[in-house]
Amino acid sequence: MRTIKFLIQKEFLQIFRNKGLLPLLFVAPLIQLLVLPLAADYEVKNISISVVDHDHSAYSRSLISAISSSGYFKNAGYSSSFIESLAQIESDKADIILEVPVGFEKNLVRDGGEKLFVAINAINGVKAGLGGAYLTKIISQFNEEIRMKWISPSRFNSTAVIEIVTSTWFNPYMNYKYFMVPGILAVLVTLISSYVCALNIVKEKEIGTIEQINVTPIKKIHFILGKLIPFLIIGIVVFSIGLFAVGRLVYGISPIGSIALLYAFLFIYLIALLGFGLLISTYSDTQQQAMSIAFFFMMLFMLMSGLFTPIESMPQWARIIAQSNPVTYFIQVLRMIVLKGSNFNDIKIHFLVITIFAIGINGWAVVNYKKTT
Amino acid sequence: MKQFLAFIKKEFYHVFRDRKTLLMLFGLPVVQIVLFGFALSNEIKNTRIVVMDYAKDAASQRIIDRLESSTYFEIQENLLSASQLEASFKEGNIKLAIVIPADFNADLLHLNKAQIQIIADASDPNTANTLTTYATAIIMAYQAELNGLRHAPYQITTEVRMLYNPELKGAPNFVPGVMALVLMLIGVMMTAVSIVREKENGTMEILLVSPFRPFLVILSKAIPYLLISIINVIIILLLSVYLLDLPINGSIFLLFAESILLIITALSLGLLISTSTDSQQTAMLLSMMGMMLPTLLFTGFMFPIENMPIPLQIISNIVPAKWYYIIVKSIMIKGLGITMIWKETLILAGMTVILVAVSIRKFKIRLA
Repeated sequence: MRTIKFLIQKEFLQIFRNKGLLPLLFVAPLIQLLVLPLAADYEVKNISISVVDHDHSAYSRSLISAISSSGYFKNAGYSSSFIESLAQIESDKADIILEVPVGFEKNLVRDGGEKLFVAINAINGVKAGLGGAYLTKIISQFNEEIRMKWISPSRFNSTAVIEIVTSTWFNPYMNYKYFMVPGILAVLVTLISSYVCALNIVKEKEIGTIEQINVTPIKKIHFILGKLIPFLIIGIVVFSIGLFAVGRLVYGISPIGSIALLYAFLFIYLIALLGFGLLISTYSDTQQQAMSIAFFFMMLFMLMSGLFTPIESMPQWARIIAQSNPVTYFIQVLRMIVLKGSNFNDIKIHFLVITIFAIGINGWAVVNYKKTT
Repeated sequence: MKQFLAFIKKEFYHVFRDRKTLLMLFGLPVVQIVLFGFALSNEIKNTRIVVMDYAKDAASQRIIDRLESSTYFEIQENLLSASQLEASFKEGNIKLAIVIPADFNADLLHLNKAQIQIIADASDPNTANTLTTYATAIIMAYQAELNGLRHAPYQITTEVRMLYNPELKGAPNFVPGVMALVLMLIGVMMTAVSIVREKENGTMEILLVSPFRPFLVILSKAIPYLLISIINVIIILLLSVYLLDLPINGSIFLLFAESILLIITALSLGLLISTSTDSQQTAMLLSMMGMMLPTLLFTGFMFPIENMPIPLQIISNIVPAKWYYIIVKSIMIKGLGITMIWKETLILAGMTVILVAVSIRKFKIRLA
């Protein structure tokens, strides 16, 4: 016990002495938590639309104003030909072209129908799909208004109408930041704790100080605990600052569920993650090596965690990867407790899985760490 | 010159001896392309939903059938109590609930009006939004069927054409992004760390007191990573053409020239970071926080830049990868030539010149 105490003291002395590392450990995650949710906004809005209006009629003008007042689109200007608008798309000044043909109003009223032409820059498929859907919706609403004007309203009452009422639970204002902040916090805590832990042990290997520890009577388990506990504490501190200082004060997110439950999960999760860092360090000889291995896996963990894209839309093989990824569980639990107030019963499977991870990974790391080189 | 070649040879030995790192460096782009290409999408399918059917009549059954036959939804079970519903949401089992009130069909037939409630789990607002839109569309289609497909007068038909990517695939958007990311990673992080490593191990001292010009020491460190970066560009392009069916529409030569420009920018950034730090850990965290995340964020391949607050949009302009991303997209997908992207190229080249100049000036031949 005394040995572990001294080892922890040594680690903290080393961490606090390193003036370059310390601010990076605490300040950088906070800055990121401030900036990332502002930037990580998937919502499709501000789609630039370039209008080619060959008609210049009352209808074409009111359609264009309906589009610009919808909130999804902003007008990137009028042009006189399609070619001119296409150049705007090529230079990324516009995302969508709307072409209104000559005689749009006249043909619509006289012939009972008319075509509109829409071209969308589809390099970003998601944005193009949604942008197209919004635009068609606005046009068909506009269409409906025109119809109402020309058809006597009495005929409309005879058709059945299903009224759809939508409610959005857990996040009534559909604030995207509520979704992103817990996820990003999870990733930051993961990155900081596993990276620094992996590098720390390899550093002792690389500069040779591990030899000195290996020749002392310090036990394997003591050495590992002495490395894990300081980073466990750092992880918890970073998480708390992120959750309370940034999450609550800046974004106004206060966990609905039990905070004790949240910390209980964090504790087990960090042990699992630090074990992973440890495992990497037992397999590498230089910091550069540890870093690139850690980066490789962190990238995989981050992309496959459901942080950015939903796990449900992955193919089967990818879902298996996502389900064997500890970060997935942490992000899910964080979102569930913070946003929905889920209780222990709801997340007991998550607890079970993460405990298995923690035991398995740490066991592997301890077995693989050898005092003799 | 002979000395320089000998130094480059030494660096190549260093890099190629470290098999694990090398494997990761080449594995990273492959894994990223595969994941982005086949695993990650925002597409909605097989989402689990519940229907609370209090009506249990012909009309409600028709709606349930329609929901079930769509690829978007997978109906779990028919719950009947509100408390069960809340529990299901909290467990995260379902994302959407559709409530059909009692007497649905009767209301629809006699009053010509009936209500349906859609409840979405908005803790993920985007998915909630999309799911609601799809469910609404399905119910609306049923309503249209109910009213008979009469020919509507005054019909505006919208003809939509998707440019560049008619199937709305994800690849055209992320392949350039992955290229920017991988080049930045290797250029900045690997260079910075490998230089600082010599400092940390004390071998830098030896190199600097040798008669060899100090600047060439650094230059020879950068060359292996330049080569690895170029190989990675080739790997990514091959994968995107043969695995993702994403052809290169513009000039390959131009694409490589621009890539080399970005690699030089990244290498000089790595050099700059290495001059301002003494430990590998700091160098790594600096390049990660300072370079990786901004690259991921501000290139616009994961998140649209135009949605960001104005200050962030301004900041995004100083990220070299953003310009590179625009250039690659223009060449590869839009098939544009240098005449359309000379401005972006000039900005990127300007950044490169400034970074190279600053890092040379900051490079010290004495260790503190």
